[in-house]
Amino acid sequence: MDQSEQHELGFLDPILAEHAAGGRSGLVPVLLRAQSQTGYLTPPMVEAIGRALRVPLSEIHGVIEFYTMLYNQPAGRQVVRVCTSPICDQAGGHAALRAACRHFGTEPGEVTPDGEWMVEESPCLGLCDHAPAALVGETPVGGIDPPSPARWIREPEPIGLGLVGGMARPLSGRCGIIDPADLAGFEAHGGFGGLRRALESLTPAQVIAEIKTAGLSGRGGAAFPTGTKWEMTAGAPGDTRYVVCNADESEPGTFKDRILLEGDPFFVLEGMAIAGYAIGARKGFIYIRGEYPRAQRIVAQAIKVAVENGRLGEGILGMDFAFDIEIRSGAGAYICGEETALFEAIEGKRGFPRLKPPYPTTHGLFGKPTTINNVETLCAAAWIVTFGAEAYRSVGTPDSPGSKLFCLSGDVNRPGVYEVPYGTPLGDLLAMAGGVNGELQAVLLGGAAGAFAGPDHLDLPMSFEGLRAANLPLGSGVVMAINQKRDMRRTLLSLAHFFAHESCGKCYPCQLGTQRQLEVLERVVSGQGRADDLQILQDVGFTMTNASLCGLGMTAGTAVLSAIERWPELLQNGR
Amino acid sequence: MICYFGHTTANGLCRMCVVETKGARGLQPACVTAVRQGAEIQTHSPDVVRARRTILEMLAATVDLSEAPEIQSMLEEYGAKPERFAGGERRQPPMLDDNPVYIRDYAKCVLCWRCVQVCADDAQYAYAINFSGRGFKSSIATFFDKPMPETTCVFCGQCVGVCPTGALKAKREFLIEQGVSLVDVFYETRMRGAGKRSTGGPRLDKGG
Repeated sequence: MDQSEQHELGFLDPILAEHAAGGRSGLVPVLLRAQSQTGYLTPPMVEAIGRALRVPLSEIHGVIEFYTMLYNQPAGRQVVRVCTSPICDQAGGHAALRAACRHFGTEPGEVTPDGEWMVEESPCLGLCDHAPAALVGETPVGGIDPPSPARWIREPEPIGLGLVGGMARPLSGRCGIIDPADLAGFEAHGGFGGLRRALESLTPAQVIAEIKTAGLSGRGGAAFPTGTKWEMTAGAPGDTRYVVCNADESEPGTFKDRILLEGDPFFVLEGMAIAGYAIGARKGFIYIRGEYPRAQRIVAQAIKVAVENGRLGEGILGMDFAFDIEIRSGAGAYICGEETALFEAIEGKRGFPRLKPPYPTTHGLFGKPTTINNVETLCAAAWIVTFGAEAYRSVGTPDSPGSKLFCLSGDVNRPGVYEVPYGTPLGDLLAMAGGVNGELQAVLLGGAAGAFAGPDHLDLPMSFEGLRAANLPLGSGVVMAINQKRDMRRTLLSLAHFFAHESCGKCYPCQLGTQRQLEVLERVVSGQGRADDLQILQDVGFTMTNASLCGLGMTAGTAVLSAIERWPELLQNGR
Repeated sequence: MICYFGHTTANGLCRMCVVETKGARGLQPACVTAVRQGAEIQTHSPDVVRARRTILEMLAATVDLSEAPEIQSMLEEYGAKPERFAGGERRQPPMLDDNPVYIRDYAKCVLCWRCVQVCADDAQYAYAINFSGRGFKSSIATFFDKPMPETTCVFCGQCVGVCPTGALKAKREFLIEQGVSLVDVFYETRMRGAGKRSTGGPRLDKGG
């Protein structure tokens, strides 16, 4: 490297100085920060980063290539990411994408001649309640008018928090009511009461017992019993343990965690601190997806305020308990919502899911015992410790106690997050969201990895046991309504496109199967279907479901298989 | 088995060794699943065969397996019909011939990871190769796709030795297959870069 290059790389020095001690774990943060200065990463930049963090260059290349928000080719300094996931697509996402490209005279992924702008197609941005939506630089915009991109690109008007509705709202009650940066407002509405109660009057084992008695199970989709997870982590051998909050909310149709992070950020911090106390951790990470820059800013501010006021850091609430929280940004990879892939990402690697066992409770982040929970789960845990297990169990059903945030989107009149007790009938939820816009054809439950309910399911209780009996998933709480005017085959194509884009490529069933599933659906939608397409989809779906390495592959064919079961004629040749 | 290899860390990638265990959900990869006392395992149940056959079909419809006899015999054993997936996208990048020691023909690469593993912590600690892309579009690549002599490759040849499909091949073997004379093979693989063709040295065309 000559001197002029070295001089030009001077902007890296403060970034590297800040992260060098952390070694490889600082890789993704450093790459993101370096890129924010230049638009994209060049070989000399990456070589300097590799030297400072002591990471082999080929492996950094692999990392940059893995995350879609990292660029090793010229990229625009401002990126317009237009959501084309199923929900935005049916609201005009692809039209908005074309219009944005026309506006700049570019193709998707092509940089304008002045190097300033680039339009990209994005998988679900988690703005489904504002469909069709886009991210202009770091500004989330919604309800965009596809034909007039000049307005929403040149003068992007940030969306509000979004609609939060439902019945008594224990978990989301403060969202939209308090200023998210206002600690006093949070505490005036009961905030940090759970942490105070835990530190002042409960042992860690009693906290865990309270969570177990409440019957809290994970809200990210897998529904693992939270108390059991904490207990296993607390009991695992080792001195260092971690709490990780999974805020990589990327399941198409899911946006509840965004509402909690942006509307009530102290709540999740409280949940993390309580988890830290319960399992014996003094450090937590919150991994927020890269497509949520505003949530990242709000949570960062909340952490700062909490530390300044003794709610995080040393001697929390004047007690002998210390807990720090570090934000990590995702960089464009749905797979990093898988818990072990998320650990890999924090460790500065490609987000490949790990083999299980061993499980995170014994071998998690940096190989240490780790409890990893979803945002909503941690909020629910904080609520339980504040008000007690009995109060939590007073709503919901015996097997699915508590209340749950559901994400209503698609063809409903008032899309938003609705918090209701578990067991509330599907039809009531739809009615709460203003009813279906048009005649209901289907409801996608559980997200892209979910399955379809029909108009015959309106009485279905939205509880774990109720949905299990109907062989439907609750997942992360996605309720996406699809009216009769929609072509279901196009919805399936959009889902298949999502999985092909997001497969990490580690195991063969998913790496190959997501592509083959997409190809079959492409030809079916374009009227080129073949006689054996149904059989192929079933074989591919079966293989992904049963032989894949992680949850992404295991569910990548679920929606298609569910559609085949429900509407066998849908994908028949010639329809 | 495709990805499993005794000298590299098992990652459970190809899932060709999946088995059916009574009471377990889905199928389990035998290469990385611990055996339990009393476990009831089926190695060729209809579900196992269906998954393995589908994986083989999808793989054969993606990659050139012409130099992977073991996988070819698996295709035969399972009655795989890759033509079901005809017309689908194949991975067909151009062959890379950028050094005198080996060629890289990633159209034959099944992404078993063995080369990446031996180049890194499983053997050589050279870290010359890793991945590009993800999902179906994954491939093995160097830093910014630089030619091998510009990387940290030490030309130990271990990656070539562990490649099961001929995607990595010794340059000599490749040239001989192309019908290049032994003298020219010697020139190409040993002398290139030295500036001029040697007139002395062993006479390979006369037996060394």
